[in-house]
Amino acid sequence: MGHDQKYVDKKNYEVVGTRFNRPDGIDKVTGKARYGADASAPGQLVGRVLRSPHAHASILKINVGKAEKLPGVKAIITSADLPDLTGQDQGLADILENCMARGRALYDGHAVAAVAAVDEQTAAKALKLIDVKYKKLPHVTDVDAAMCESAPVIHDRIITRGVEPKPTKPSNIAARTQMGHGDVEAGFAEADVVIEKSYKTEQTHQGYIEPHACLASVNPDGTAELWVTTQGHFVFRNVCASLLGLDIAKLKVTSSEIGGGFGGKTHVWVEPVALALSRKANRPVKLVMGRDEVFRATGPTSSTSIDVKMGAKKDGTITAAVAEMRYQGGAFPGNWAMLGCMTAFACYDIKNNQSIGWDVVVNRPKVAAYRAPSAPMAAFAVESTIDELAKEVGIAPIDMRLKNVAREGTLAPYGPTYGPIGIEHTLKAVKDHPHMRAKLKKNQGRGVACGFWFNIGGQTCTDLNIGVDGTVNLTLGTVDVGGSRSSMAMIAAEELGIPYEQVRANIADTTSLGHNDMTEGSRGTFSSGMATVFAARDAIGVLKQRAAKMWGITEEHVIWENGQAIATGDSHGNLPPLSLKEIAAKSGRTGGPIAGHNEVVADGAGMGFASHICDVEVDPETGRSTIIRYTVVQDAGKAINPDYVEGQFQGGATQGIGWALNEEYIYGDDGRLQNPGFLDYRIPVCSDLPFIDTQILEVPNPLHPYGIRGVGETSIVPPLAAVGNAIANATGVRMSHAPMSPPRVLAAIDALEYAS
Amino acid sequence: MSNATLVSTTVNGDPVQFACPTDESLMTALRNRVGLTGVKEGCGTGDCGACSVTLDGSLVCSCLVLGVEAEGREVTTVEGLSQDGELHVLQQKFIDHAALQCGICTPGFLVAAKTLLDRNPNPDETEIRYALAGNLCRCTGYDKIVRAVQDAAKDMRKANKKRR
Repeated sequence: MGHDQKYVDKKNYEVVGTRFNRPDGIDKVTGKARYGADASAPGQLVGRVLRSPHAHASILKINVGKAEKLPGVKAIITSADLPDLTGQDQGLADILENCMARGRALYDGHAVAAVAAVDEQTAAKALKLIDVKYKKLPHVTDVDAAMCESAPVIHDRIITRGVEPKPTKPSNIAARTQMGHGDVEAGFAEADVVIEKSYKTEQTHQGYIEPHACLASVNPDGTAELWVTTQGHFVFRNVCASLLGLDIAKLKVTSSEIGGGFGGKTHVWVEPVALALSRKANRPVKLVMGRDEVFRATGPTSSTSIDVKMGAKKDGTITAAVAEMRYQGGAFPGNWAMLGCMTAFACYDIKNNQSIGWDVVVNRPKVAAYRAPSAPMAAFAVESTIDELAKEVGIAPIDMRLKNVAREGTLAPYGPTYGPIGIEHTLKAVKDHPHMRAKLKKNQGRGVACGFWFNIGGQTCTDLNIGVDGTVNLTLGTVDVGGSRSSMAMIAAEELGIPYEQVRANIADTTSLGHNDMTEGSRGTFSSGMATVFAARDAIGVLKQRAAKMWGITEEHVIWENGQAIATGDSHGNLPPLSLKEIAAKSGRTGGPIAGHNEVVADGAGMGFASHICDVEVDPETGRSTIIRYTVVQDAGKAINPDYVEGQFQGGATQGIGWALNEEYIYGDDGRLQNPGFLDYRIPVCSDLPFIDTQILEVPNPLHPYGIRGVGETSIVPPLAAVGNAIANATGVRMSHAPMSPPRVLAAIDALEYAS
Repeated sequence: MSNATLVSTTVNGDPVQFACPTDESLMTALRNRVGLTGVKEGCGTGDCGACSVTLDGSLVCSCLVLGVEAEGREVTTVEGLSQDGELHVLQQKFIDHAALQCGICTPGFLVAAKTLLDRNPNPDETEIRYALAGNLCRCTGYDKIVRAVQDAAKDMRKANKKRR
């Protein structure tokens, strides 16, 4: 299949676009579904990790003597048990060092040693008996502070990339990125109004309810198994095999049901540690993180500091836009600021635009992807500034956005020229939405904001096997994080022309299917959907051959329609059609099992755009904001199972609302995380929210056979700004620091009153 | 296992015995000793509700109850909701309304929702939202969960009327 192939939009769907129950539903409502912590192996040990209590410290000595002597302790490991096999691959070396500190603890919660023991109590006791001598080092946890000359330098090896001339001294600035087009100075000169504002967003965690968990078993001959909660078991296999020095084919990784990931389960944390413990103990080891460990040592997303300058003419045309964005990646370099740059102005057609990004390291956990990583912070800054600009110009914010909206043919700030995209459609739908006419009461305000996320394709491999009774096994390699097994089964049913119930979709382990990239970048339904279409067509080719054989005619006289082979041509027209079931029943005598297969690098991922409407009520006495109404309008390209598309819209919006109003990592002056639990890191609960209204738009992606765009991530992008704009309209106060928690909003209201 | 105590209790209607250390939570005992892994651990501190069970009909976070406290009492977990091979109405409605995505919080939500409907067969939206506020879900935004509970309550009221 050509990668640049444009597909004619398929229009008459029988199965796709309807609502079917998910195949994993019954297991999940009865407690039978097995997640990361729900597997056991004969003779298994309990693994636990010892973590640094310091933000930054040299590890002078680790004495494990006493712990080793405790009856029931079977293995203790430190970085010495994970020798560096990464060669020249600094990215992989960073992963290894993040899994287990190597001479230096780089953040509060950094793993220092690990133990495997016969039970929980013994493992806990053993951790207390491990004696670590630290020498505390100066630390820095704030992104702006880390960029100062005077900041303690975390890695001597980091010389800022992307700066000319190349710096001679190391710093905490890993990279500078710049992109955009046009002449921004000329653009600002054209403007009648220019707004310049600075913003901050705090660090948040993906907050999946299931902690990281795995069951590892390594044999002396180098064969190994790993049961793990992950968004991509094939990638975990490759990374773990590299770090442990195992052969890729000899490490069998099985993905458990996943209890939420949102990007946080695209990275290995405890898995190499569990494998190393098992290798040393020569017994299976189950390692389950506690919630405090999840907060201190996994995830989170970047905290940021962003300056935005935008100029517009009196008619609302934005003439120039500049953003300078500083993102911290935790204790290891990332490319998070670059992603912020790529997304910041992507919803708009701005003649002159420039984004500058600074990727910075600090003494915090290594940042992981979090749903449209880096985009929500950039959108918070840009979409808030657009509202301010609209106010100055005297035009409705929705009209300001429509006036400057990106369309097919617009040059995107990050390089490409857009094909058919849906941002204008979402804005028009918002403008026409009844929500926009709902009456607001005292202390209530309404905000609108837009969001963009790329979506990716990537390596995908799918098998489709037809049983002798005509039922179909669809074998997928992309982990199902939000209902994709139902969507893939629907696509297979659609292609084959059979009922949905005749298809069972499941996720293969790494020994049963070719490599599949992570379920990330909103690629699951896009890429596995593409591979499923092609695998089904491959199987249809076989079905037609077999039908031809059964009829004794040549294959070119057979077509496939509505789940059956039909003989065509003057001489064969009177042959009765053969159904998939009839052909399958005879397969043993016509050439053996009937199967289809596809492996593909799924290029052509469409762009995802959304516009959100938020109504908020702010209590002027406490600064508490309550969401009164919320509407998500997003382009899905084609919604395969609308139930789960809506679910993605609602879930992403809610995570964004949590970020907007409450969620943040709070570090003390000692550099330690002060709120590593759900009591003090407050995610939205049921009573915090109204129903989240959704509207699915379908602007087909011409580069996918079914027109699919990824829908998983864009929904978290607009909420921060939508809430901020609503608060501004409710109170007259522009919040520039997220989360817009009650104390911050109250202080801003008080400052406004004091000023007037 | 030091300080193990033998506990005799009733789980999902069946007599069950297990031995556990006196400081072990009911959640851990149910998962590791009784084999009911439908009881999920999300936090271990009573903040997420994934381990919700009922103890003599009252909703509890089983991570905040000791295993030994189950002595002589009746425990119901998600595994005890379906009867005679039939899903409980709530279980079916959660599937029908797509009220779960990853599903890790689902057992806790089902136990909490059943406890609500046993006590209040006709809750309004606000009552449902507050009754479920002790259960965290990170996937759904709660929208479809609330709708599933509303729909289940309606069907259960109808069924009760017929029975009378």
